[in-house]
Amino acid sequence: MALEPILQLAGRGVVVPGDDIDTDRIIPARYLRAITFDGLGDALFRDVRFDEEGRPLDHPLDQPERQGATVLLSGRNFGCGSSREHAPQSIVRAGFRAVIAGSFAEIFFQNATTLGMVCLALGDDDLAAVCAAVEADPAAEVAIDVTAATVTVAGHGYAGALPATARDALTRGRYDPLAELLEHDADVAATAERLPYVAGGTA
Amino acid sequence: MNEPRHLFDKVWDAHAVGTLANGQTQLLIGTHLIHEVTSPQAFGMLDDLGLPVRMPHRTFATVDHIVPTDQRQEPFADPLADAMIKALRANCERHGITYFDLGSGRQGIVHMVGPEQGITQPGTTIACGDSHTSTHGAFGAVAFGIGTSQVRDVLATQTIAMTKPKVRRIEVNGQLGPGVYAKDVILHIIRTLGVNGGIGYAYEYAGDVFDRMSMEERMTVCNMSIEGGARCGYVNPDDTTFAYLEGRPYAPQGAAWDEAVARWRATASDPGCAYDDVVVIDAADIAPTVTWGINPGQAVFIDERVPHPDEVPAGERASIVEALAHMQLQGGQAIAGTPVNVAFLGSCTNARLSDFREVAAVLRGRRVAPGVRAIAVPGSTLVKEACEREGIDRVLIDAGFEWRAAGCSMCLAMNPDKLRGDELCASSSNRNFKGRQGSATGRTVLMSPVMVAAAAVTGAVADARAVFGAREA
Ligand code: SF4
Repeated sequence: MALEPILQLAGRGVVVPGDDIDTDRIIPARYLRAITFDGLGDALFRDVRFDEEGRPLDHPLDQPERQGATVLLSGRNFGCGSSREHAPQSIVRAGFRAVIAGSFAEIFFQNATTLGMVCLALGDDDLAAVCAAVEADPAAEVAIDVTAATVTVAGHGYAGALPATARDALTRGRYDPLAELLEHDADVAATAERLPYVAGGTA
Repeated sequence: MNEPRHLFDKVWDAHAVGTLANGQTQLLIGTHLIHEVTSPQAFGMLDDLGLPVRMPHRTFATVDHIVPTDQRQEPFADPLADAMIKALRANCERHGITYFDLGSGRQGIVHMVGPEQGITQPGTTIACGDSHTSTHGAFGAVAFGIGTSQVRDVLATQTIAMTKPKVRRIEVNGQLGPGVYAKDVILHIIRTLGVNGGIGYAYEYAGDVFDRMSMEERMTVCNMSIEGGARCGYVNPDDTTFAYLEGRPYAPQGAAWDEAVARWRATASDPGCAYDDVVVIDAADIAPTVTWGINPGQAVFIDERVPHPDEVPAGERASIVEALAHMQLQGGQAIAGTPVNVAFLGSCTNARLSDFREVAAVLRGRRVAPGVRAIAVPGSTLVKEACEREGIDRVLIDAGFEWRAAGCSMCLAMNPDKLRGDELCASSSNRNFKGRQGSATGRTVLMSPVMVAAAAVTGAVADARAVFGAREA
């Protein structure tokens, strides 16, 4: 399960404004009625993109000049709410490789990182500047250097925040921890043995 | 002499398998709870990799999110929901996982079933692909929600990779006023610290208010830790905890029980231990609280006015304008008196026996206001049966509530129970996000069960203390 290191990426951006964008907004619960993650990309932000009759509401994601964008920009506390991995799955399956936001809810951040999606946090002023540059020019390239945790757009660089553990995981291609977890099975057994409720058979 | 330590550190250290290359901890998950929504993809990943379930005897399953609460005959009317319950059943059978199915008498919302069965125990680590796993912290467990890839990790290895959070002690001391419930305490904490105030923290709830609370009240508080951004929240185990657990099906028995209690007692935080942060709240400052906006931190006391965009810092204005527009409220108006279309009593926050007892006590002899659709959904089959033994179902039905079978229901509306259009719902659940209750324009006002009852009988958001007369909480 060797994964491709994610050192940098670049692409066009789309801004979905607002703080506290929760996972119910990212993917409404009715799209969770499935036993696979297939097709979730189409359900991304469904209820703010279309009205109840399915008519488009001119959401940024549906504007023609934003098609093919790979960097999603939003406000503070992005991805708050439920633990549903359907949320980052739908973002990835809609073609995004990174989210730049003011901050991230914890479970969302973990889920997204495991999928190899970069979640970079920017301070309020820098975030506003990056969003303004993206809004002004749909063709503007947003470049993220994962190692340095920086964003460059329209010739300006901005220093962002990416926790060291996530940075390490992404840049070394070990953001999916399963292989490493499997390696330490003897230690798992030893730890379990010390815990009566785990070691103690079937009940 | 050992340094005094808090519960979180003791449990974390006992379950730490080792340190991973990126510095995260490989943490043993002693108890893994699964349900139908976030597990099938994980089983699929396991199959793709050809891996078995590492500790099927430490994995427990039930079905809750998608089950219809009226007509429970299979196949379900919704073929997608029907495929989900069948997938869960097949996965559990294939891997030898204990499954509390419909008809087992023990089915319910996963966060109700763990405690009821005595699976949820102090000093353990508990993970579930559901953010309200924090509920189990009420027992002094380190319990948190995980994503589906991590469900796969737990199934395959019984561990996850995790960064250790900081610990904030939240002390609430003094006496809660009459008509002030555990729900009001946690809504007040979230309002005070903010919906992202807990990011990077585990919350330890302490102080004499929590010491006096029943296990059911503690669960209500811990349940909503995640709404304050904290992935995990706990109360130190004490005699109340042990009394709740004694004799439950999966609790230790006989000599093992005494050993377990001694061990659990020693897990509690040591006096004088250090915390990364401490917040102290005076119980007397808390009044019945309701949300007015689109996240659980947008809350006011029942006698307050909703904020006016002109009176808040510029940085918050946009979210307040958005919330007011969605809720169809004017800045500065009183929240009391807001007309209600639906009353929902349910969810893993507030659908326990004590909640229904409180509600039945105030509803006896009253009627739901004309035009209000009122639904009561017990959190578990055991709660449903207990209510029926006590005649609580009759009181609710006579008052005009529908009495349903156990499940998540209109908390997230993955089953047929949904808001229609822009209906406003007085809800005992935990999330008021846009679209949460099944309609994109639907509106949710979170409150305690007794406040839901007050809203149901008056047809408007109302102060239960005035509607029913103040009662000792
Ligand atoms: S009752 Fe609501 S919050 Fe609780 S597990 Fe079900 S959907 Fe989630």
